[in-house]
Amino acid sequence: MSETATAERSKATAAGRPPVSRERVRARREARGAWVLLGPSLIILGVMVAYPAVLMVIQSFTDYTVKNKVLGTTPNVVWFENYIALFSESDFPAVLMRSLGLMVVLTFLNMLFGILVAVLMTRLGRAWRIVVSVGLLLAWAMPPLTATVVWGWIFDTQYGVVNWALNAVTGTSDWTNHSWLLNPWSFFFVLTIIIVWQSVPFVAFTTYAALGQVPGEVLEAASLDGATGLKRFGFVVFPYLRSVLTVVLVLQIIWNLRIFTQVYALQSRGGIAAETNVLGTYLFRQGVGEFGATAAIGVVMVILLLTLSWGYVRSTLKEEEL
Amino acid sequence: MSTQINASTQLGTIGVEEVLGEGGEPRTPRRRSIQARRPSPRKVATRTLLNIAAAIVFALSVFPVYWMVNLSFTPNDKIISRTPSFLPLDFTFGNYLTAWNREAAPGQTDFPHALGATMTVTFGVLIATLLFAFLASVAVARFRFRGRRVFIVSVLVVQMIPGEAMMFTIYGMIDDWRLMNTLLGLGIVYLAAVIPFTIWTLRGFVAGVPADLEEAAMIDGCTKSQAFWKVTFPLLAPGLVATGIFAFIQAWNEFTMALLLMKGYNLTLMPWLNAFQSSSVGGSVNWGAVMAGSTLIALPVIIFFLIVQGRMTGGLVAGAVKG
Repeated sequence: MSETATAERSKATAAGRPPVSRERVRARREARGAWVLLGPSLIILGVMVAYPAVLMVIQSFTDYTVKNKVLGTTPNVVWFENYIALFSESDFPAVLMRSLGLMVVLTFLNMLFGILVAVLMTRLGRAWRIVVSVGLLLAWAMPPLTATVVWGWIFDTQYGVVNWALNAVTGTSDWTNHSWLLNPWSFFFVLTIIIVWQSVPFVAFTTYAALGQVPGEVLEAASLDGATGLKRFGFVVFPYLRSVLTVVLVLQIIWNLRIFTQVYALQSRGGIAAETNVLGTYLFRQGVGEFGATAAIGVVMVILLLTLSWGYVRSTLKEEEL
Repeated sequence: MSTQINASTQLGTIGVEEVLGEGGEPRTPRRRSIQARRPSPRKVATRTLLNIAAAIVFALSVFPVYWMVNLSFTPNDKIISRTPSFLPLDFTFGNYLTAWNREAAPGQTDFPHALGATMTVTFGVLIATLLFAFLASVAVARFRFRGRRVFIVSVLVVQMIPGEAMMFTIYGMIDDWRLMNTLLGLGIVYLAAVIPFTIWTLRGFVAGVPADLEEAAMIDGCTKSQAFWKVTFPLLAPGLVATGIFAFIQAWNEFTMALLLMKGYNLTLMPWLNAFQSSSVGGSVNWGAVMAGSTLIALPVIIFFLIVQGRMTGGLVAGAVKG
């Protein structure tokens, strides 16, 4: 027995292949199977995400324009010129600051109202809770563009219901023909209303679900020990919410920095684009042509968003056992 | 690619059913149980205040949706009036006819063609996404192999890369491949945008079905693939439905890339609505028709949302496993 085994082993070694245990073979077969299954997704992500990402970084160091594309000539490498021009000669810094400021305001309001609505839902009777959930669901389900079109009409200069209501409440006609979108500040006020209206449901539903995870006994014990409402929330409820709220917060930051549809649609309703651009619409309005320069904007955006989303990736990985 | 769609996608885990809890019992802790006395006047006042707050939240959430539907049934001369009409008393279907029949703008598509384009690209993306992502999620959830963790992290990172940032690079690529202004070109852009999230969600569903179930089936005489198709796959159906609907909503709602890549008669619904809203045939915008178009576009999404909300709880899988 042992002789044959030794003989076979030496045969295998002689053939230049190390002896492989059955487990190893299986592991290798499993790995091959896995990569076959991953194949289609890998190809599409490689072609449509990885390749353009690399291409964009390369283009951002060149003076590639539509002329090169049409004539088939090679663009020159200009290294950091696009980036320098972007930060010193364009209104990109202003757009970036505007985007960041808007993101902070939107994120704060979404979180605040979302948590308030979630807490409200825990304290409602069943019927009222259904009513509120259905309302939130409808707001959440509206396609962003449709929502902006409708809100744009609600705030319409001539026939908007808001102007009508403000006239009725104040008993004057001061608000007749009040244009909301012309002034950048009131443009962003309307934009904030639209986005908060659509984003609060997500925060509210998530927080509400997290609130349901707080065990009732712990809360009862805390009340018996004399903890009042706020203390109970701070010391008992909040620790349960923290991980969920962190993820929601990071997602809000990222989404609020990426907004495009609502800003674009409101601009076409009468906003002054130059004064109300955010990162997405600024890039879009650069138009097709200066591929090198627009690639630099894209690279800055990607770096910014990846930095911010790293927190999300890390906390997701921490929560999931992989 | 659009923010808010992502918002819709991410939350799939909580639905109205979950809000209501099992058997209609509220899931929230019963705080009143230790003070089971007759409600004091103060309690009644609190309750009233809470209900008023709930009514306000409901009204604010629903009003724009109501307003859209209301205006879509109101004749245009009533819409363009200094005093808004809160009920469509002069009920009309005319706005829907206009929205359906008129070109978005001279030389641009009408509603039926935009609808056809959107449905083609959406269903194409839906099928490809489900197929690709399903295979990948099985690999990630069921196989042990080197590079698995790297793949998962990449999927998470890719999900966060804004497609909008690369819009002109992708525009150049699509142009080079002669796919500009085609549904195929738009479709592969959407596909790449939807796949990471779908893999991530389906992975959770596959991992939620314990491998023990398959092993039990194999002991009973199934082969490995039989065990998978007969035991695991049916349990994944709710996950496939839910992620499929989210992929559908994302492709349906997408605006940025469609605006950039599609022209003239190949517009999908969102750029159609954008053009329809901006164009003024005969000097004035037909707002009733714009609202009718908006309603038609929003309707499928709202319906699907209501369906998914109840299904995404994953309760079916959990129940089958535990029960």
